[in-house]
Amino acid sequence: MLGYVLRRLFTAIPTLFFIVTGAFFLIRVAPGGPFNLERPLEAKVMENLNKIYHLDKPLWEQYLYYLGNLMRGDFGPSFVYRDFSVSELFASGLPVSVQIGASALVLALVFGTLLGVAAALRQNQPADYGVVGLATLGITIPTFVIAPLLSLVFGVWLGWLPAGGWGDGAFANKVLPVVTLALPQIAVVTRLTRGAMIEAMRSHHIRTARAYGLKPWTVVVVHALRSAILPVVSYAGPAAAALLTGSVVVETIFGIPGIGRYFVQAALNRDYTLVMGTVIVIAIFIIIFNLVVDLLYALIDPRVRLG
Amino acid sequence: MATMKTTAAAPVRGRSLWDDALIRLKRNRAATLSLGFLVAMALACIIGPLLTGHGYDQVYRSYVKVGPSLTPYPRAETVAPAARRALRRARVEVGEDIVIGDGIVRIPVSSEGELDQRIVRYIDRGDIFSGARLEDLAADGRSAVIVADIEQLTFLFGTDATGRDLLTRTLIAGRISMTIGLLATVVAIVIGVTYGSLSGYLGGRADLLMMRIVDVLYSLPFIFFVILLVVFFGRNFVLMFIAVGAVEWLDMARIVRGQTLTLKRQEFVQAAEALGVENIGILRRHIIPNLTGPVVIYMTLLVPKVILLESFLSFLGLGVQEPMTSWGVLISEGARDIEGNPTMLLFPALFLTSTLFALNFIGDGLRDALDPKDR
Repeated sequence: MLGYVLRRLFTAIPTLFFIVTGAFFLIRVAPGGPFNLERPLEAKVMENLNKIYHLDKPLWEQYLYYLGNLMRGDFGPSFVYRDFSVSELFASGLPVSVQIGASALVLALVFGTLLGVAAALRQNQPADYGVVGLATLGITIPTFVIAPLLSLVFGVWLGWLPAGGWGDGAFANKVLPVVTLALPQIAVVTRLTRGAMIEAMRSHHIRTARAYGLKPWTVVVVHALRSAILPVVSYAGPAAAALLTGSVVVETIFGIPGIGRYFVQAALNRDYTLVMGTVIVIAIFIIIFNLVVDLLYALIDPRVRLG
Repeated sequence: MATMKTTAAAPVRGRSLWDDALIRLKRNRAATLSLGFLVAMALACIIGPLLTGHGYDQVYRSYVKVGPSLTPYPRAETVAPAARRALRRARVEVGEDIVIGDGIVRIPVSSEGELDQRIVRYIDRGDIFSGARLEDLAADGRSAVIVADIEQLTFLFGTDATGRDLLTRTLIAGRISMTIGLLATVVAIVIGVTYGSLSGYLGGRADLLMMRIVDVLYSLPFIFFVILLVVFFGRNFVLMFIAVGAVEWLDMARIVRGQTLTLKRQEFVQAAEALGVENIGILRRHIIPNLTGPVVIYMTLLVPKVILLESFLSFLGLGVQEPMTSWGVLISEGARDIEGNPTMLLFPALFLTSTLFALNFIGDGLRDALDPKDR
């Protein structure tokens, strides 16, 4: 098991290398640069800036320079947020995004599984139709509609919660963003669980368990849910990576200082180092959570062998 | 003899897989209702803007952010103040009793000197009055009555922040959003099916290499690609969505490859191979037609995904540019001013959500109809 994990992490290195290389050259090929402002800078200033940030060297030299720094764990300085290094930006933003994302993920898994199981056990009954309808609605309403609506209803009309802002991580400030992030995930998890659960309840081992006279609770939770949870696990991996690295929409609308906003801003401003940093962080999260999914799979389903 | 004749005359036509699927789809009420709704929505978006009586980029300066209403604007109580406001710069005395009736307003005016005929232009300038003229001119030319027709305008959904009819804009936005959804999906399907079926059918080292490429593309953040595309293609949205389609094919390629792997071990493919049919021929004649089921299902689910993506990009300000519009643009405009005028968010959001809702139900219905496991 440990050997497997190590081997997987080892094979992630070439993947990461390809991603870094691809992203580096892609963003460099894009026209424009970090200092191309609406009002052009003076030629001398531009030249100095380029020298400071090593932009005057040929591309391959810059690439080797960046790789060398990366090996030492240095993401370099941000081009647009002057006075900040990319590492500093992540150090302050990542915990915020992870906090919000993890809360949303837990919320989604708990409620999604509960609703999905409840709907599956009442298949083709009004309760089931209700849950499926709500879940479809949850998938179809985009977050950038939910977020302002929630902010309007609970922040402005009812005044129960702050309409936006981080408030140094006060609980009340986190409620709306977490709920906004969680709602579509709850919907997806519900649908996945319901589908898998219906199939599981029809399978032979459940019939056998029933025939043995096991309690319904044992049949559902111990036997059926175990196989029904597999698709949820494989969905939750990439979803977790996406949630923990922050959401542009939620962070923009609620004014949360996470790292989700950086990506779009950085790419538009050609903040090369920040873009690269974000790409790497997201890729690492994806790789780690794919590994976690595979480990969980082996844990839940004894037929799966790690190898 | 006679029985043989009748069988020959009316050969029994077997029910194909597609007939079966169609029957099952027709039985699914949610899916058929959604299909009807979608057709109605498409028709509304195609024909609707011609019938609303407003251009999608026509600006009514006098009606900025008015609420939705069934009765036409202007309201009776706003006519007199509007007339006074319009005449403020004309340097004339406006009499107390402005009479409104039969779609005509009569404004008594007087002045120290002789009235200038051209003051009627102040009245005509806004969107409320038209055809203003001076009547009942007094003998000394110092007082008269301005008679003007009141323009009756109906804004069923109200207007936006620059005073454009929201209904027309929502329908036009629907055209754009749906076109983009279809366009990008077709591109994604074509690339995905070709790539996936080729990879699955060739197998071996080619398959391994092709799928590794897909894996690497997968782990690059999607939004990164999209932003780069925006940067490259500028804000040309047609090109951009062809490009988005060219990014969205990864899932399709995986699904198709998996299907192809199972298909190629089937007897009819082996038979074709034994008969010496070329690879391309087998792909075209046997593999791709058998992939239609999963492809159709995936397509109906991809269209809403692309529409959502377009809305998301527009929300970030990277999508369709003014004066053209899409549901995403309208939603982001509405979200910006949600406290002042929530309807600006609600109507486009309702249109977008209901369309996506319908597409999802159709996708689910098709999956149930085409999935042979369900029988």
